[in-house]
Amino acid sequence: MTILDKVTALLGEGAVLEAGTDRVPRVAPGSPDAVALLLGTAHQEGWRVRIEGAGTWLQSDAPADLALTTRRLDRVPAIEPSDLTATAEAGIGLDQLRQQLADRGAWLAIDPPGLAGRTLGSVVATATAGPLRHGFGPIKDHLLGVTFVTGDGRMVQSGGRVMKNVAGYDLTRLQAGGFGAFGVIVLVHLRLRTLPRADITYVLEGAREDLTQVGEDIAAAGLTPAALELVSPALARRERWVLAVRLAGSPALVAADEAGLGAASGGGRFTPLRAEEAHAFWMRLAEGFAVRPVTFRIGGVPTASDELLDLLQHQLGDEWISASPAAGAIRWTGDASIDRLQRLRRTLAGLEVPLTLERAPWPQRGAVGHFGAYREGVGPLVAGLRRTFDPGGALVVATEGT
Amino acid sequence: MFPTLARDLAAIVGETHLRQARAERVTYSMDGLPTHRRVPDLVVLPGSREEVIAVVRLLAALGVPFVPRGAGTGLSGGALADEGSVLLVLTRLNRILEIDKNNRRAVVEPGVVNAKLGAAAKPHGLQYAPDPSSQSACTIGGNVAENAGGPHCLKYGVTANHILALEVLLADGSLVELGSPGGEPGGGGPDLVGVFVGSEGNFGVATKITVRLTPLPRAIRTLLADFSSIRTAGEAVSAIIAAGIVPAALEMMDQSCICAVEDSVYAAGYPRDAAAILLVELDGRDTGAVEAEADAVADLLRKAGARSVRTAASEAERERLWQGRKKAFGAMGRLSRDLVVQDAVVPRSALPHVLDTISTIAKNYGLVVSNVFHAGDGNLHPNISFDATNPTLKHSVEVASAEIMATCIAAGGTITGEHGVGIDKLRYMPLIFDAESLGAMLAVRRVFDPDERVNPGKVVPLHACREWVSARPRAVA
Repeated sequence: MTILDKVTALLGEGAVLEAGTDRVPRVAPGSPDAVALLLGTAHQEGWRVRIEGAGTWLQSDAPADLALTTRRLDRVPAIEPSDLTATAEAGIGLDQLRQQLADRGAWLAIDPPGLAGRTLGSVVATATAGPLRHGFGPIKDHLLGVTFVTGDGRMVQSGGRVMKNVAGYDLTRLQAGGFGAFGVIVLVHLRLRTLPRADITYVLEGAREDLTQVGEDIAAAGLTPAALELVSPALARRERWVLAVRLAGSPALVAADEAGLGAASGGGRFTPLRAEEAHAFWMRLAEGFAVRPVTFRIGGVPTASDELLDLLQHQLGDEWISASPAAGAIRWTGDASIDRLQRLRRTLAGLEVPLTLERAPWPQRGAVGHFGAYREGVGPLVAGLRRTFDPGGALVVATEGT
Repeated sequence: MFPTLARDLAAIVGETHLRQARAERVTYSMDGLPTHRRVPDLVVLPGSREEVIAVVRLLAALGVPFVPRGAGTGLSGGALADEGSVLLVLTRLNRILEIDKNNRRAVVEPGVVNAKLGAAAKPHGLQYAPDPSSQSACTIGGNVAENAGGPHCLKYGVTANHILALEVLLADGSLVELGSPGGEPGGGGPDLVGVFVGSEGNFGVATKITVRLTPLPRAIRTLLADFSSIRTAGEAVSAIIAAGIVPAALEMMDQSCICAVEDSVYAAGYPRDAAAILLVELDGRDTGAVEAEADAVADLLRKAGARSVRTAASEAERERLWQGRKKAFGAMGRLSRDLVVQDAVVPRSALPHVLDTISTIAKNYGLVVSNVFHAGDGNLHPNISFDATNPTLKHSVEVASAEIMATCIAAGGTITGEHGVGIDKLRYMPLIFDAESLGAMLAVRRVFDPDERVNPGKVVPLHACREWVSARPRAVA
């Protein structure tokens, strides 16, 4: 029996999708239990499984015996507008989830890079926050709990559905940004907000150094934008760098911050974008990071932002960059060789700045790894956790690279 | 216990910082919860990071279990050490190592008192936001271990949202650096800071903690609303949350608690005849915007049935209102000899129903239950006043506590929102986690501490776990 025959016998014909260009059989389990059954079997049979969502973010090119896609796990079992919580399966597209939430007056305050149909599980597993991290925190801050399936087919629940929870160890945070190394996320409990009653975006063009200063002035003035993002000309498709400020919340709060924005703009003039322009601007920014072959993020202290941008420019070129200077987070996308990525990671590690490789073709990903250049003592812990949650090594994840 | 251990520990920390006499050790036999008592074999109080490392390495070499402890204000029996264990008290590591105003962060030792960090940040226009009621005594290291909350965590988030990096001493005496100064969630790997925070001391000892500071709000409005029924107050909470307003804090107290406070030195001017009060605080940068939100909240409170809504007219009045809330647990000491402070979380929309049920449970067992809690988070603190020397009453408290927990779980909630599991809630863990999930937790603990020597017997009930393969080989002694 081939692997495909065994999978068909296990989950039924409906679970088997057409293989991709690399001819690796693609399987879409229809329930969390089916994921557990499949991974349990893979563990016993020694199959190597790569995890996919909608296939729009991480390249579907890892060498494997089987591709497990979560795309049929697309139900939203609960939306509770009065509690501002929701429970969704990992394979639902963010665009669909956003629409369902909006219909109930609720909002998931994340805007990750990638295409609109990117799955929730992909966003959580890679912890890819977008510009809204400035006002609403990283992806992990939006999670109340997750259910995941380990590499040997065990189903584990962590956290819960309520706003605060310290019952047991926080395995949710292990999964957020674990890149699937510690299991496949199948269900996510989310913290929501109400749809902002006012939502406006302002942009200011100028020299990078000047805009960085304006960003610092905005932070120092105590303004509370939902997003404060510095975008390179190539990514923004403008002549010069752009500082984009998104204000979202109650009309009174937004009006107060709009008034404060002028005073903090350093003589420049912020231009408001019409609603459709703002939508297009942020969408273009998100989608830009899914176009080029390599995307990574780095995180330093806010005052190091300029220095880090200089370093990226020097080592890799300007390319397409987006930075949240007040949060110290920078995302870069372009093309970069294994050697350059490894060299950059080592340089940054010396500055105590981690580089997380978010997406890249398998040759780079496999060699460089999502993580690496760990701080003291972290390597053995990561390896131990990896073996705990995937004892047979069934999950093909480029955790640290080779 | 090893015969030479006391001598060797004294050689590291000095005789004066080792407690051997039973009378001295009994001082450390409880935390803030009166229902659990354990007397440690030895209590050691190192005075520096280097002494902590030396102590832990000595204990590792001998295979002796130990329990890290901060100020001992916890409410789950989490920092108690059994016979055969050494209690490692970290209160002497109380230095604030750095406050970096420009990057809004601070680096502290684990024994720094929460309120002292706040006071040190204030001249820089910054605050350390998590503010547990015990903040005048509790330590940042303890806050990290428990993932402590507090009233203002509704807007600003709990401890886990404010920890950027940690230096951690593992049970085998090795040091690890988790996270990064900038707080990038990956931190050079997966989010091990997030995994460590709230691990109740089971994963090691945090010896250096980098925290996020946030700007002090420039405008604050504090409202006091009173209600003729608890249910109505609970419905008002739901109305505020559903309106999309995120107050800095949204706290509730019931009549029993109000009266205890008003009878104490912490009297805040709460209306004694109210069935419940809500304390709502709005804050931000702009006075006009904060006032507009406060007006909107006041309208919602009145529409929901508040008898009156009052705004604190001065900073002094605001502080008085908050002192009553934060010292409520102390004030309840007036009601009886002992107090069990419970902790559970429910979906906010379930508050009215759950509060009704708790009231019924109290009546059924003839107990005095006072509620003072973080209503905006749905984080309940039903407090049971009783006399622990009365075995019948003590039994009733245990049974009623279990019924309250079952009620919260049935409503879709959980057994603890900020106090932790410790030993007090071990028995409830199988009610919310299956054997596989508990086994996974134990397996993760063994990655950090293969011999389960740090704070043994806490958080995960071993008997309820499904077997997982231990992933990290035990350290070679």
